[in-house]
Amino acid sequence: MALLIEQVLNGVQSGVMLFLMAAGLTLIFGVMGLINLAHGSLYMVGAFAAAAVASATGSFLLALVAALAAAAAAGALVEVLVIRRLYARDHLDQVLATFALILIFSEGVRWIFGSFPLFLDIPAALSGPVMLGPITYSKYRLALIGIGLVVALGLFWLTQRTRIGVQIRAGEADREMIAALGVDIGRLYTFVFALGAALAGLAGALVGAIQSVQVGMGEPVLILAFVVIVIGGIGSIKGALVGALLVGLTDTLGGVALPAALSLVMDLSAAQATGAALAQVGIYVLMAAILFWRPRGLYGHG
Amino acid sequence: MRRTTLIAMGAIVALAGTAGAQDDADALKVGMITTLSGGGAGLGQDTRDGFMLAVEQADRDDLEIVIEDDQRKPDVAVQISDRMIQQEEVDILTGIVWSNLAMAVVPGALARDKFYLSTNAAPAQLAGRGCDPNYFSVSYQNDNLHEAAGAYASQEGYENTFIMAPNYPAGQDSLTGFKRLYEGDLAGEVFTQLGQTDYAAEIAQIRASDADSVFFFLPGGMGISFLKQYADSGLDLPVVGPAFSFDQGILQAVGAAALGVRNTSQWSKDIDNQANRDFVESFEAEYGRLPSLYAAQGFDTANLLISAMDAASIDDPDAFREALRAADFDSVRGDFSFASNQHPIQDIYVREVIEEDGVFTNKIVATALEDHANAYVDECEM
Repeated sequence: MALLIEQVLNGVQSGVMLFLMAAGLTLIFGVMGLINLAHGSLYMVGAFAAAAVASATGSFLLALVAALAAAAAAGALVEVLVIRRLYARDHLDQVLATFALILIFSEGVRWIFGSFPLFLDIPAALSGPVMLGPITYSKYRLALIGIGLVVALGLFWLTQRTRIGVQIRAGEADREMIAALGVDIGRLYTFVFALGAALAGLAGALVGAIQSVQVGMGEPVLILAFVVIVIGGIGSIKGALVGALLVGLTDTLGGVALPAALSLVMDLSAAQATGAALAQVGIYVLMAAILFWRPRGLYGHG
Repeated sequence: MRRTTLIAMGAIVALAGTAGAQDDADALKVGMITTLSGGGAGLGQDTRDGFMLAVEQADRDDLEIVIEDDQRKPDVAVQISDRMIQQEEVDILTGIVWSNLAMAVVPGALARDKFYLSTNAAPAQLAGRGCDPNYFSVSYQNDNLHEAAGAYASQEGYENTFIMAPNYPAGQDSLTGFKRLYEGDLAGEVFTQLGQTDYAAEIAQIRASDADSVFFFLPGGMGISFLKQYADSGLDLPVVGPAFSFDQGILQAVGAAALGVRNTSQWSKDIDNQANRDFVESFEAEYGRLPSLYAAQGFDTANLLISAMDAASIDDPDAFREALRAADFDSVRGDFSFASNQHPIQDIYVREVIEEDGVFTNKIVATALEDHANAYVDECEM
């Protein structure tokens, strides 16, 4: 029982971090109609900025601020220099150009920081385990869940309750009309892109402390984030949150439950190998099932 | 596309300008294919730097090295090897870090009568029935460090080990290798995803099992993630693994989380012999960092090659092969010879991660296996 609760917490934690990535991706896709493959690179930029600032100052808080700032700045710069030219082009051109950006970011980061992974540690105040009744759980992972949920609330507030949120939602629905109403659509796009980038950078920094900060760290997360926004419905923050939690839980629990279930019918080694292989496709089966049921995702429009 | 051509002596360049035909027919040409960009670039860089250090120290004008980046992609590696063999007309290929790339490149190169000297990857397929007179592994056979970890776990009296590796061929070989010499029971056996970054689920399983120790093989970034998360989880079971997650290149990124962890390696910077002391000192002086396992393997490979050049000409492949087999060079590992399937017979040590002058590194604490060859010797018929 304690094991199950711990695994559910793990699933939720990986889900909320995935949400930070997916939220930006879904906003950018929803508002600008842009497929941004380079979103994972912004995650990497955040992690490297955090690692560099943490090792220079020793402060994790400053490192987070640096991650947000560096990723937002990189996002805004890329939007102005490259992405802006892609809105009118078809998706294939966008994929090509943003794929090129991945290569440029990866080699650029390698050029600045070298080929060896960087060190970023959990802040002392959050390191070690904490007892939750019968369960021993990592303080830092609990904090990640908390931060993710706070960011989710903030995003709901931003999109539902503020003027800029109205503009973002209007931009999704009809961009010509809001341009005609006098909203500076170029500035709105840059803002949304930088916001998405900042969220990715924050995720990179937070996750970097318990994983490895290295070139190419963003791409595996990017693939999952795309699955999340397709499940949740493109453009929907709520969809991204629900989708991320679903994917996080499926991924975590599938990897544990499937080998265990299979070991009842075959020997341990074979069950582990088969179960692990099946668990890897689990989230894609989930995606296919949801799309079969709701072709536009859980909260997709139209 | 990156392309570095390094010519051992400037004299050749001067000659090439005058007479076109004088393309130095006597020079032995080595094609190094290794990973110099992307996530695994640190390993390729160390391989290259170790190899080139030995080449520069030998200072020969009849040795030419061509280096290209395989981007860790099998198809790119195959393209490069085709070009090196057909256009550059190299005599010897070397440098590949990853077993899947080696399996893509090596059989083709051997079929075209080239020598291949492995600086790292040594899959079972090339040690057993697929062994070849022109294929030499200077590093190890892939199973070796895992076998040593199993032997060490038994020596330490661990009786219920939780074992874990990624679900891909090298990961499966790893667990098989560990079990080959481990005598205790298994508290659990888990395959993780290749490239997995979060190990919370596995750590929860370890906690729930009644394991007395943990063995894991998670190379590169996967190992960094696992160790940081393990250290944060409050679990304090002893951990043992092969050297790949504790190498000089990544230890700084793991930080204090790795302190005290035991890992198995055929090389360590504190192996006490003159060749190794000189190597560590000159590597540090040349590149400003401590050498890694991969750098040591690159260095030994180049020195083996140079020792063969002293004894025979590449134009006489049979004599050259015999000269390689003799392994008449001062290995940084001390005693070094080849088993009949042309993989090393060597000691495998247990190292402990320590902090020394503010740098995380390893020191030898035990010898897991002495004069160890590999499990495939009998399957190889040459």
